Amino acid sequence: MSSGLVFAAAGAVLFAMGLAGIVLIGHLLRRILAFNVMGSGAFLILVGLAQRAGGADPVPQAMVLTGIVVAVASTALALALARRLHRLTGRTTLSATDSDPE
Amino acid sequence: MIPLLKRVAVILAAASFAGALVVAMLDLPAPTVHLPAAVEANMAASGVAHPVTAVLLNFRGYDTLLEVGVLLLALLGVLAVTGVRAAPRAVAPAEPAKRMLARLLAPLMMLVAVYLLWAGAIQPGGAFQAGAVLAAAAVLLHLTGILPGWGAPGPRLRVSLAAGFLIFLAVAGALLARGALLAYPPAQAGMLILLIEAGLMVSLGLILAGLFLLLSRDSGDEA
Repeated sequence: MSSGLVFAAAGAVLFAMGLAGIVLIGHLLRRILAFNVMGSGAFLILVGLAQRAGGADPVPQAMVLTGIVVAVASTALALALARRLHRLTGRTTLSATDSDPE
Repeated sequence: MIPLLKRVAVILAAASFAGALVVAMLDLPAPTVHLPAAVEANMAASGVAHPVTAVLLNFRGYDTLLEVGVLLLALLGVLAVTGVRAAPRAVAPAEPAKRMLARLLAPLMMLVAVYLLWAGAIQPGGAFQAGAVLAAAAVLLHLTGILPGWGAPGPRLRVSLAAGFLIFLAVAGALLARGALLAYPPAQAGMLILLIEAGLMVSLGLILAGLFLLLSRDSGDEA
């Protein structure tokens, strides 16, 4: 197992952890963090898998650099929306009545 | 609260998903296309000497173009969500030593940003890293109370925010006349990439700083 594959496997575990976090956690701030963990997992898989045979591959590295910047932007937008929701309703979770009756 | 059963089911499903992914990655055949070799073969025509920069701004330039568009959209989204407020509030001034340090560091960070931009052609660096350093300088100045949060952006700020995307788009459009989007003529490729990156550095720095300074202007608690 090359070091690239170890990175990719760690990325897969991070991705699954983030996914479970998004499903299980109600608080929006922690859900945004879980989304970022998931994204980091995807980046690790991309970079790790590409260099499993040896040398680094500049193409996925450039893609991941693009992805990181987009992730920052989407995180900021998500935070803005979460703050707006908090200011308007005082809640930090999404309404349970829309899709998830309990 | 989430019932225990659902919690266990989700965790088990996520764990087996991760396991399946790892098994699939172990079984993956070797790639049939060797991309690093393809990049290496075309480096001479790319106009820069660092492969990541060459991919980012030449071989896959349209990805970067759209990415800057996404960033601009995110900023517009934040502007729309936070609403336009005329009077931005300044953060309470920090202690004199911190303010002094921020004043000393900010010009150095601008210097580092320009160096990163220039270094991107031959080693790790480039417009995104440079923009991030610029944004960090703005956040530092804001947190020490020197730079107030943003109100509604004025005409000059709007132009600067969009300049990187517009320059990139203009170059792409001009090159379209030659047949393909962002297919630089090899002789001018280095010059064009530096022009695009310089625009991107300014705009990205402002956009990233704006994401913070726009969110910071209201504490979110008040009605």
